[in-house]
Amino acid sequence: MKLLRTFTKGLWEELPPFRLVLGLCPVLAVTKSAETGLGMGLAVIFVLTCSNVLVSCLRNVIPRKVRIASYIVIIASFVVMVELASQAFFYKIYESLGIFIPLIVVNCIILGRAEAFASRNGIIPSALDGLGIGLGFTMSLTVLGAIREILGAGTLFGTQVMWSSFRPFTFMVEAPGAFISLGVLLALMNAFSKTQQS
Amino acid sequence: MKEAAHMIVVLVIICTVCGVALSGFREMTAERIENQVLMNVQGPRVNKVLEGSQNDLIADRKVIKIDGQEVLLFMGKKDGKPWAIAYETLGKGFGGDLKVMVGYDIENDKLTGIQIVSHKETPGVGSKVTEDQFTQRFKGIEIDLKAEPEKRLSKKIDAISGATYSSQGVYEAIGKSLQLYMAIKKQDLSTK
Repeated sequence: MKLLRTFTKGLWEELPPFRLVLGLCPVLAVTKSAETGLGMGLAVIFVLTCSNVLVSCLRNVIPRKVRIASYIVIIASFVVMVELASQAFFYKIYESLGIFIPLIVVNCIILGRAEAFASRNGIIPSALDGLGIGLGFTMSLTVLGAIREILGAGTLFGTQVMWSSFRPFTFMVEAPGAFISLGVLLALMNAFSKTQQS
Repeated sequence: MKEAAHMIVVLVIICTVCGVALSGFREMTAERIENQVLMNVQGPRVNKVLEGSQNDLIADRKVIKIDGQEVLLFMGKKDGKPWAIAYETLGKGFGGDLKVMVGYDIENDKLTGIQIVSHKETPGVGSKVTEDQFTQRFKGIEIDLKAEPEKRLSKKIDAISGATYSSQGVYEAIGKSLQLYMAIKKQDLSTK
């Protein structure tokens, strides 16, 4: 039961971009379409789960004073693997994500989970924590990407979903559109949680 | 002292293991990545530069050695006969290396065109060198192989205003490309 909660907390209570409001740089930058959002999310799930597991394995070996350096080395290695793999197998996504794949290294969610969770818990809870938070991150990115893509280009995952006379609201796929749609989503989620509490 | 040694040992081990794992992974993916770049980056450009060729340009690529450096050479054929070649060279742009693919008509010593393969120029300013408006200007220009390096192209191409450094990077790459072209032509003639 406790393990299940470790997994599900990332899906709502600690949903990374909306609840923790962490890792906003990729959230704003790569959600131009649902596809890039999903691609980025999957990369983050992989890095987060692997680094959580490895940090948890080594938590009794790594001296406290050099823990951050060790975590960064571990995270960076997984990120480079993701970068090479995406280049080798999903070149289109690699091209559209560009610099944001290497930048996963400095994504504060990943270092944050390593420091706050994996370095204090066993391997299985750490893996579940990574998977849960990663899945929550992926969901958020895909939803935000989908909203922006539908309004900004009239498509979803590249296929036309809006009626033919729909004029794309291109503002949504540009940078300001990212801030506004993130803000509106945050507001809606806060309003929803408030009604739940009262 | 003991604590410091412990920290050093642990960090060194972690870094070494990660380094070895990464170089292994790189080895594993290198071939696939090369193929992907060929299909997605170089392929479309080569097809544009050597327009009118009847062969599969990517399949007919080969690596040749010129003056000790390896060059990836694409060869266009018409009616089974090679008529044009293309390869990449680097120039220094405003933001970093500019990789330019230059195509040559080897029968008439003309440029068949250029395409920018990769660049780090300012979006919207220096990146204008990648647009057709600029790259089309190089199409069909004759080459004088005997002239001095600066005068090898029969026509002077104007730089884009506001993108002088980027344009110069393209010229530099073309200059290097011409240098190689002369060497390739010599080699080709001597082997035939």
